[in-house]
Amino acid sequence: MAIDQELKIEMGKQGVVVTTLQELYNWGRKSSVWPMQFGLACCAIEMIATTMARYDLARFGAEVFRPSPRQADLMIISGTVTKKMAPQVVRLYNQMGEPRYVIAMGACAISGGPFKQGYNVLKGIDRYIPVDVHIPGCPPRPEALLQAFITLQNKIQAQPLTGPNRPRHLDAEAQGEFPVPVQGEHDLEPTSNPGVWTVPVVIR
Amino acid sequence: MKTIEEIQAAIEAAVPGGEVTIVMNPSPAAQHSLLVGAGKAVAVAKFLRDDAELALDFCSNVTGVDWLDREIAEKVKVTKTVTKTVDGVEQQVEETVEETVKRAVPGYLECVYHLYSVAKKHGPVVIRMRTANRSDMVELPSLTPIWRGAEFQEREVFDLYGIVFTGHPDLRRILMWDEFKDHPMRKDYVLPDDFEYEPTPHDDVLKRAEAHRADVAQEGAAQ
Repeated sequence: MAIDQELKIEMGKQGVVVTTLQELYNWGRKSSVWPMQFGLACCAIEMIATTMARYDLARFGAEVFRPSPRQADLMIISGTVTKKMAPQVVRLYNQMGEPRYVIAMGACAISGGPFKQGYNVLKGIDRYIPVDVHIPGCPPRPEALLQAFITLQNKIQAQPLTGPNRPRHLDAEAQGEFPVPVQGEHDLEPTSNPGVWTVPVVIR
Repeated sequence: MKTIEEIQAAIEAAVPGGEVTIVMNPSPAAQHSLLVGAGKAVAVAKFLRDDAELALDFCSNVTGVDWLDREIAEKVKVTKTVTKTVDGVEQQVEETVEETVKRAVPGYLECVYHLYSVAKKHGPVVIRMRTANRSDMVELPSLTPIWRGAEFQEREVFDLYGIVFTGHPDLRRILMWDEFKDHPMRKDYVLPDDFEYEPTPHDDVLKRAEAHRADVAQEGAAQ
């Protein structure tokens, strides 16, 4: 239900607070996004720096890094995802409760980065799980992670509670479990989840 | 520290039939190494560690090298009897001709150990071992019983090069997963073909990406 912004401000001046259920609900959701406590590589050091006093992720309600996927809302893929680690990352994502969000932090997590042509590194975690925010950088500075976090908050704030774009935890049809890749004889099988990732068309 | 020749002589004296040969390094570094036969390698290693003068008690690095099958072209002078016309008369003349003879050298896998002495503060002494070939006879004796620190590095060599260390206490893959069949650091390793999306391809990657693009175009045409 939309509300006339000017009317809302005018009523606020008169001491009357007007809001919608959606606004209140999303405000609560976006202000307590708890990340999962796990790091994969050097980006994790920047992630740790972000939570410390100088950058202070706690200002955004995300200071509690949960050591269990059951209690976490946000997965920060902080670093290189090796093919040996990728099934575990997907499995952890499967164990998180809805609503859940993913930030792919750094060049490695979004594409494989400097290790892209290696035999042992996954070319981007978005091949297996849906990613909400990508941050480039090697590693991204803490400000970049804060920017990604604010972007995610804005995304949560803008989510309508009904209709096709509603959050996944309000959608009974939404996919809960994502297939975990199997470590095969030469490579991960399958090499990507076609339900999540299709080959992007490169326009030159 | 002893020179490499002196070390070789000391090993030959202590371990008869050790099959130790010197591999010279012609570069300015002049870091020569000792090629040790696989048969007596454990005895040689034990001598290098326990000898009072050498006392190489620290194995700092273990690594592998893959040497492919190769062909050596050598120029050989061959004397031949050739029929020639000299002054209008046919004659049998002996002529010396240079010919190129090609010789196939079978490939092998090599394991290299860098040894130091913490007690004597000297080193490195480099020893190498070679397998018989690259396919089925890839066993080498493990030196983990001599230098405990070689354990993980020998596992890494086993994982990436496929050298099987006999006598290793726990020979499993250490970097790749257990189901993995290849040995990625071998020179004939073929990368998994996942070049379907390359935003900025170049060189080899460009060729592989273009092969993928051709496949996609063909599929599109078929549909």
